[in-house]
Amino acid sequence: MKDISLGQFYPARSPMHRLDPRTKILMTVVYIVMAIGFTSSFVSFGVLALIVLLGVLFSRIPIGKVLKSVRAIIFLVVFSFIFTLFFYSAKENDTLLVHWWKINIYLEGIYTATKLMLRLFLLVMGPTLLTLTTTPVDLTDGLESLLKPLKLIKFPVHELTIIMSIALRFIPSLSEETEKIINAQKARGADFDSGNIFKKAKALLPVLIPLFVSAFRRADELADAMDSRCYRGAKGRTKMKVLKLRFADFVAFFLLLAFFFVILLLKYNWFGIAFIEAFI
Amino acid sequence: MAFVEFDKVNFSYREGEKNAVSDLSFSLEKGDFVALVGHNGSGKSTIAKLMNGLLVPTSGKVTVDGMSTENEASLFDIRKHIGVVFQNPDNQMVATIIEDDIAFGPENLGLPSEKIRERVDWALSSVGMLEYKKGTPFRLSGGQKQRIAIAGILAIRPDVLVLDESTAMLDPEGRREVMKVVSELNALGMAVVMITHFMEEAALAKRIIVLNEGRIIFDGGREIFAHAEELNAAGIELPVCTSVAARLKKMGYDISEQIVLPEELAEALCRL
Repeated sequence: MKDISLGQFYPARSPMHRLDPRTKILMTVVYIVMAIGFTSSFVSFGVLALIVLLGVLFSRIPIGKVLKSVRAIIFLVVFSFIFTLFFYSAKENDTLLVHWWKINIYLEGIYTATKLMLRLFLLVMGPTLLTLTTTPVDLTDGLESLLKPLKLIKFPVHELTIIMSIALRFIPSLSEETEKIINAQKARGADFDSGNIFKKAKALLPVLIPLFVSAFRRADELADAMDSRCYRGAKGRTKMKVLKLRFADFVAFFLLLAFFFVILLLKYNWFGIAFIEAFI
Repeated sequence: MAFVEFDKVNFSYREGEKNAVSDLSFSLEKGDFVALVGHNGSGKSTIAKLMNGLLVPTSGKVTVDGMSTENEASLFDIRKHIGVVFQNPDNQMVATIIEDDIAFGPENLGLPSEKIRERVDWALSSVGMLEYKKGTPFRLSGGQKQRIAIAGILAIRPDVLVLDESTAMLDPEGRREVMKVVSELNALGMAVVMITHFMEEAALAKRIIVLNEGRIIFDGGREIFAHAEELNAAGIELPVCTSVAARLKKMGYDISEQIVLPEELAEALCRL
């Protein structure tokens, strides 16, 4: 639980770690747009997988770490796979593979379900690479810098990002506290493990109330401490870590755009290239 | 005018409630080492917050370097002079990486990046924690965390360091670590105000102010330790060595009543 403190950050020295957080955030956004909107054939999923693989190689993170992130959504993926498979609405020329009672399984159904599965897996893996290679502080700094234009419309960018980083900072403290409260209640005979789901939820109430009280007390103390350290919002505030784009950032970003172009080409085939036709 | 001045300060948290501090007047100069001692509810933590303008007196005046804490516009400058470290280090940290946390203060001052880095390194080495710079505070011991919290204030380079029961949550080892750092800082010329209920810690200060019910009942040097009964009446427990010495004195032995530390008692006993 305590490892939450750094998000999932995996400390290492690598080209990916050194990239500017802004570049990495933008790349992740582009990647997500690609994965959701423009990948349709198995080949383009292959291209996405290649991007992730390159990312893993350049970040020197053991691939197991990245795959682990997928574990959290495996239930969702399996569920949606089965759902899509059974409820696939067939078109005219689809090949029927299995017909039993009311269940029809089509070859095209298998294709669609597999693509959905791949899409979900790849959608999780991309952003995971971002959080594995970027500390929460860098992440919020990058976000603050990227959102700066919104200041023109009086959007409280600094406030939003400081709230985010403080929230991240307090996750381990609060989870530690929760554990303590649960243990204290257990010591006094509270039962969290038996009964149905409603009973269990009700048993958590005596945990949540002291947790909230303590969270407010902490907030109060933190506010005093921040005031005491001359905090007055974004006014006149500078940064120790100044974000700086390097040549590598441009290279990485344009490389990603090149992949994006390939994926677009695979989808729309503007130039009518014959061998792409085969993949669509 | 003194650097920090409390002039007939009264403060109550809610209107009509009993005053947390009453008619408080005292002053501090740069370089002082003062201990504020009192039992719970004696108003000692209120004084810390009054000093840097987190609280404003109900009546009376607190001035720092000639600026009144009533004036909201001067609070930023007042807080540059008066750095307050609170009791719980966990609730004073804003970042998950130590150097980012220390940088928070100088960043608020609007210093350029290189200057901030200099200050972070200086502050961390002053508390002997430079090697943990890139680490996270969560795995540290209580004493180490509190040293980080002190470094966070030091990086602002205040003239007065106020420790509001900053050792109360620490084990004896952590307390010793923090006290050592504080004494070193004072030796370098930083004024220190130690708010505590441990008389052993107060004994390190050149000046001891004892509070009871929001009023100053004693303001002076180590001779306070001779007034055992008055201290007990104010709800302050005497250090073990002091009470041993006091009892020996009562039994007719020729021993000083200003003994606080075990080493001092050992030496005095050998001389008997």
